[in-house]
Amino acid sequence: MSILIYAESAEGKFRKVAFELASYAKKVAESLGTTVTAVTVNTGDVSELSKYGVDKVLKVTNAKLAGFSAKAYADVIKQAAQKESTKVVLLSSTTDSIYLAPLVAVSLEAGFASNVVGLPVSTSPFQVKRNAFSNKAFNITEISSDVKIIGLAKNSYGIFENASTLTEEDFNPTIGDNDFGIKVESVEKVTGKVSLADADIVVSGGRGLKGPENWGLIEDLAAVLGAATACSKPVSDLGWRPHGEHVGQTGKPVAANLYIAIGISGAIQHIAGINSSKVKVVINSDAEAPFFKVADYGIVGDAFDIVPKLTEKLKAFKASNS
Amino acid sequence: MKILVCISHVPDTTSKINFTNGDSQFDTNGVSFVINPNDEFGLTRAIWFQEQQGANVTVVNVGGPETEPTLRKALAIGANDAIRVNANPTDSFFVAKQLAEVIKNGGYDLVIAGKESLDYNGGMVPGMIAGILGSNFLNSCTEITVDGANVKAIREIDGGRETISTTLPLIIGGQKGLVEEKDLRIPNMRGIMTARTKPLIVVEAVDASINTKAVKFEKPAPKSAVKLVAADNLDELINLLHNEAKVI
Repeated sequence: MSILIYAESAEGKFRKVAFELASYAKKVAESLGTTVTAVTVNTGDVSELSKYGVDKVLKVTNAKLAGFSAKAYADVIKQAAQKESTKVVLLSSTTDSIYLAPLVAVSLEAGFASNVVGLPVSTSPFQVKRNAFSNKAFNITEISSDVKIIGLAKNSYGIFENASTLTEEDFNPTIGDNDFGIKVESVEKVTGKVSLADADIVVSGGRGLKGPENWGLIEDLAAVLGAATACSKPVSDLGWRPHGEHVGQTGKPVAANLYIAIGISGAIQHIAGINSSKVKVVINSDAEAPFFKVADYGIVGDAFDIVPKLTEKLKAFKASNS
Repeated sequence: MKILVCISHVPDTTSKINFTNGDSQFDTNGVSFVINPNDEFGLTRAIWFQEQQGANVTVVNVGGPETEPTLRKALAIGANDAIRVNANPTDSFFVAKQLAEVIKNGGYDLVIAGKESLDYNGGMVPGMIAGILGSNFLNSCTEITVDGANVKAIREIDGGRETISTTLPLIIGGQKGLVEEKDLRIPNMRGIMTARTKPLIVVEAVDASINTKAVKFEKPAPKSAVKLVAADNLDELINLLHNEAKVI
């Protein structure tokens, strides 16, 4: 009956979202009077989960699962849920988890609510609050099926320590050969840089930067903050920056702790993509730019003048605070 | 090749989002509806397959008669024919089940759906169709080419991309990249005229369980005004981010 989470890892180490999901699961488990079981795939040391309230880990170690396969991983989660007679499965909102979640839902005949923010509004009936209309509204969704699946929106809950005694158990689910109809030929990953998906802070540039040759401004500021870099749609359409950095409605969604928009006017489609970020800062020479309406802090002025100074001041601040 | 493009009928991004009936329903009053942007990238790629490789492109939507102008727009852009499943699309599994039925009956080789609709942002219909049919499924697909039954595609992943090979029949959750924004087509007069006479078939829904229900909507609390910091007082910005917002 315990709650099941899929604790995601990359190269054998837990991703941060796994700890947020565990923290969240612990609270949900308390309200349901049950425990938290995590299933892991090819993760080395799983003991870190005990910091966040996980009671039991089903450790899957299988060379067939070395590369990600949504169907095979969904199959693992389904079998773990059945083994634990789970009624509530919790998943994160990474690209991989979003990919496998609907497959798990169908195989468990479970109702699935994605993009969930906050703890369940009620557990009987089971109701959760979720983002909808591109962050312009919330919707309370009732899940009526016996097994329920929740996809937790990234960075919507936070990480909380809550120590537990962890039991580890090796788990060997059946992996069918027909789970590999999608073959990964190669993976290209940007290394040495913080990825947008994992970043707490994002520094983003718009057309106000005037050209790709000025991107050093954005990169230098991002480097000081340990931030990922991003750009607005016109910038990627103009080919100044790769599409993978485009954030907004048709680009990548960003739910960072801090989003710094430089030379971005703030078209409604851009705001839709970044609005679930907690704190938003805008630097723009146009005081009428719509971004000022949604930002928490703003500076009206010339980015070419302000950003290098801000970078220097942050360097000094970081040095004195470390 | 037979392609089915799943079309969501969604409010235009610039629409005001309001609710009615005690905040239990989306208020469509004064709202203009469009083809869901993620679906439109997929539709435009499908038309490319039609023009370059002789594919037949069918568009489908689960919705009431009020969604037909959106399907007609897809026909005006170039789809060959359209199907409307006459039902209220409230639950993703219910919708996926209807689409799976259309796919079974039509024998489509490639099914293109947007990875997410911009109204309920569920992001689960394409995956659920694949779960029901047991077909190959690729989500977050940004490029696709088809040669016979062989498919090469790109999936966007966190911090990078994967190159994929697979075979038809295939279901994809598509997004920008399948085509670029500049490739999107505005229907011309001839397209709009011919769309009027292209087949639009209405089918009734099959039974399916409904596992979720949107019971209520809320709007975010109004935001407090931006705090402006003078351009020559950057220490103040750092102070606010550190001590007030506590994000650095």
